Amino acid sequence: MEMSQLLNNGEISSVDLTKAHLERIDEVDGQVKAFLHVDREGALAQARLVDTKRKSGEKLSPLAGVPLALKDVMTQRGIPTTCGSKMLEGWRPPYDSTVVTRLRSSDVVILGKTNCDEFAMGSSTENSAYFPTRNPWDLTRIPGGSGGGSSASLAAYEAPLAIGTDTGGSIRQPAAVTGTVGVKPTYGGVSRYGLVAFSSSLDQAGPCARTVLDAAYLHEAIAGHDPLDSTSINAPVPPIVAAAKDGNVKGMKIGVIKELQGDGYQPGVLKLFNQSLEELAKLGAEIVEVSCKYFDYALAAYYLIAPSECSSNLARFDAMRYGLRIGEGSAEEVMNSTRSAGFGKEVKRRIILGTYALSSGYYDAYYGSAQKVRTLISQDFKDAFEKADVLVSPTAPTTAFKIGEKSNDPIAMYLNDIATIPTNLAGVCGMSLPSGLAEEDGLPAGFQIMAGAMKDDRLYKVGAALESALTKKWGGGILEKAPKLVAK
Amino acid sequence: MISREDVANLAKLARIDMSDDELDHLASELSVILDAVARVQEVANSDVPPTSHPIPMTNVFRIDENRSSLSPEDALSGAPASEGQRFKVPQILGEE
Amino acid sequence: MALTYEDLLTKYEPVLGLEVHVELGTKSKMFCGCSTIFGAEPNTQTCPVCLGLPGSLPVVNEKAIEYTIAIGLALNCSIAPYSRFARKNYFYPDMPKNFQTSQYDEPICSNGFLDISVETEDGMQDFRLEIERVHMEEDTGKSLHMGGATGRIHGADYSLLDYNRAGIPLVEIVTKPVEGTGKLAPEVARAYVAELRDILRALGVSDVKMEQGSLRCDANVSLRPIGESKFGTRSETKNVNSLRSVERAVRSEMLRHGSLLIDGKRVIQETRHFHENTGETTSGRSKEQAEDYRYFPEPDLAPITPSKEFIEKIRSSLPEKPSIRRKRLQENWRVPDKEMAAMINADVLDLVAATVELGADPTRSRGWWLGEIARLANEREVSAGELPITPRDVFEIVSLIQAGELTDKLARQVVEGVINGEGRPKDIMESRGIKVVSDDSALLAAIEKAIAAQPEVAEKVRGGHIPAAGALIGTVMKETKGQADAAKVRELLLRHLGQG
Repeated sequence: MEMSQLLNNGEISSVDLTKAHLERIDEVDGQVKAFLHVDREGALAQARLVDTKRKSGEKLSPLAGVPLALKDVMTQRGIPTTCGSKMLEGWRPPYDSTVVTRLRSSDVVILGKTNCDEFAMGSSTENSAYFPTRNPWDLTRIPGGSGGGSSASLAAYEAPLAIGTDTGGSIRQPAAVTGTVGVKPTYGGVSRYGLVAFSSSLDQAGPCARTVLDAAYLHEAIAGHDPLDSTSINAPVPPIVAAAKDGNVKGMKIGVIKELQGDGYQPGVLKLFNQSLEELAKLGAEIVEVSCKYFDYALAAYYLIAPSECSSNLARFDAMRYGLRIGEGSAEEVMNSTRSAGFGKEVKRRIILGTYALSSGYYDAYYGSAQKVRTLISQDFKDAFEKADVLVSPTAPTTAFKIGEKSNDPIAMYLNDIATIPTNLAGVCGMSLPSGLAEEDGLPAGFQIMAGAMKDDRLYKVGAALESALTKKWGGGILEKAPKLVAK
Repeated sequence: MISREDVANLAKLARIDMSDDELDHLASELSVILDAVARVQEVANSDVPPTSHPIPMTNVFRIDENRSSLSPEDALSGAPASEGQRFKVPQILGEE
Repeated sequence: MALTYEDLLTKYEPVLGLEVHVELGTKSKMFCGCSTIFGAEPNTQTCPVCLGLPGSLPVVNEKAIEYTIAIGLALNCSIAPYSRFARKNYFYPDMPKNFQTSQYDEPICSNGFLDISVETEDGMQDFRLEIERVHMEEDTGKSLHMGGATGRIHGADYSLLDYNRAGIPLVEIVTKPVEGTGKLAPEVARAYVAELRDILRALGVSDVKMEQGSLRCDANVSLRPIGESKFGTRSETKNVNSLRSVERAVRSEMLRHGSLLIDGKRVIQETRHFHENTGETTSGRSKEQAEDYRYFPEPDLAPITPSKEFIEKIRSSLPEKPSIRRKRLQENWRVPDKEMAAMINADVLDLVAATVELGADPTRSRGWWLGEIARLANEREVSAGELPITPRDVFEIVSLIQAGELTDKLARQVVEGVINGEGRPKDIMESRGIKVVSDDSALLAAIEKAIAAQPEVAEKVRGGHIPAAGALIGTVMKETKGQADAAKVRELLLRHLGQG
């Protein structure tokens, strides 16, 4: 929002601001590898347009002229949209996602498309068919996933704002391990039209930024009912920016979820979590403990529902109408060889798993049962929200691990999402903001806040309060402690 | 738990060519995963209704009116092959 | 030795299952706003949704829901208070998403029935066909198979796909197994589809043109030994594009099954393709292993919960049932069953009714539509409704005859002209110079000319030999280019010769 002020005061033009970011990308992205595509021409053209509008005295949105990085699973007309996959290499969609349409109406300048795990499946961005993105805090480590590119671009100051998508934690977990802010809105709060579907009943696009207030402005700009998305909620957007500016948690009940701590969580991460709780208590919030006993089954349910829906969503990639086409022979043979060449290992694994879970004879035991567990988890949340205004936990069990460390152990990889997954299953909203640097390794960890459906404003109220307290404690934002990235 | 042959059949259903190596690897990986996820059955009793929409809503409709379509150029813009404004695909073996 | 139909029926009884797909006549598609107009240039009526582009999402067309409920009510179904869409997953190039958004275990309408009658030598026989379900789904794109000899999929080198049709709302109507039809199975099948078509047309939910594919029928046939309760193996026959084909396909399959069974052979459960030219079916896709469609509830769409008020509103706006309407017409026109059946079979009932509505005499209207027009339609191998002649045309012609401006004979020329596309009746009368010569003096002139040319014949008539007048009348008709009213000529001639 500082950039917004500078732009408004005429202290800097959008073109200069955009150029500065493009230069930063040139400077460091060779190392960070957050971007799959940089749209130099488009970004500068948009920036010029905004500058002209501003000069003519037109009233502009708070985000006008501010640059942004877009996760490569959102369609943007005429711009390569790959979803991190070879299957869509070079595909230029003939239409904009609603999120992009709204960003345009807010005169945001889209810099380019960021890297992600292929089709948003993963927790480390190592599953991108192109290359892994690196964590700006330590270039030998993962930036989280699936939206590692978006979060890394923020942490590397390549963009001040980014859009991610979150199906099981893909916005929040990267935010946690890169020291940035990421929010998964209430399911249906942000349109999915143009969001290439991974798991339809779990996917949500959401704001990523370096501060809670920035995320709040971005959230309001993209949220709201969309008649093109039958699952989008037809209700007014909650007062998010107001809540972020308010930041008063006095009298609020903060529920600590018993099941989302303990074994499996890095001690340093837990310590930071507890310290954050103390800060909130100092500000006048009441800390209570709640139990969500079915959360222990959340991971299992997720790894049945998401693959099942994805096995169906990814069926359209068949070499007939767009995307990769490889191989000779009949249509069927070309389909089979293209899907073999175009999909990576993790995607294939999930498609096969999903096909199995939906097949006749197995549906009840797997997909059917998982949907029942989902009902139980939703009930857990409902009960917990009777006792507390928001629920909290560490965002992820560990800080950023080394690239390659977990890529051969799918289950170890899946455990990264253990704290974030319940939110998606119940459709409620969640935020991750930095809780500090873990003492074991000096790497960032995240504090997760969850609120009930359409109560996204609460996330920002509590998030802003904590951020303010911690910033004061640290004498500055957490990213100021990150190693300085310069061109090699 | 899940055999190589099972995986081969699933790969056929999912239209993905797989090498023998891939089938073997997948069979063992999936067996581990299925073991872990099967625990959903422990609590999924018959009196628990399944969710399919996390945020309940019903009767979401649109009015029966025309919206502009894509131009044929846009529609065919991604086509690996086309002919006469139609998508060109290789010989289809299966019946409709 | 070839099994005859009669032999077959001494040993086996058929069980039918009829699946009818109807393309709804909504302005826009099932899940997007693209136009549904038939015959547009390829891929000009598509969008990210019906092309299944990555990131696209469906939104339900409310008119399609309304129409489907109307169909369900007209078929005496229960309307589900809660129903959902489901994904039917399988791969085929004409299906952009490689799943069809359809309905599975929660269809919107179920458990209805349709009563039909078929004509037998002993009179009309009634049948009630039970309807299992009526549900909504979306149509696929259209493929052109190129390079092969027949334009069919076998032997084609490649295919060309047009997705204009993809996403058009389809309603699927499925019967429960239809038992007890015996030898009338083919006629029952035809009558069912015909009645269904009439209902759908009356509801205004579809243009139900079988030749354009907006009404499609798949016929399932199986045989079992008479008296047994267990169902035999069935085959499904597709590509049944007309009412006549429905009847022929069912009969053909019954014979085929019968021939196999009588030889002790097995009927294979498969999909078969009907051929118009041979009247027989050939093997298509084997259905031995039913494809696993892995149905699951469509996560991109919300459930449908029509309120009682909404359903009642639709129920109260349903038009008169075709069967009720037919009874009413039959009573008004005082027409025997056989003639009613003839009109229904020739598919001219609505045309007759429309003609009568305009004010034409019912008997004459029926006479023209069932007679000359039906004959010309048959000659051209189309249905009467497809000819360029309209109820208004027939009304005009009947009126002209009654006014004496046309004779029946001249009117036939006019009808032929209209059907040939030469214009409306008045246009044809003008362009062909067709006109009844009613001017007595003109007739008398022609009569005198004829008498002068054949004095011996005239003498015979004067002498009381009336039949001889025929030759003179013929001459007068020739002279007037057939435009005289023959009866009038006779009258004047006889009077002139002292015999009238």
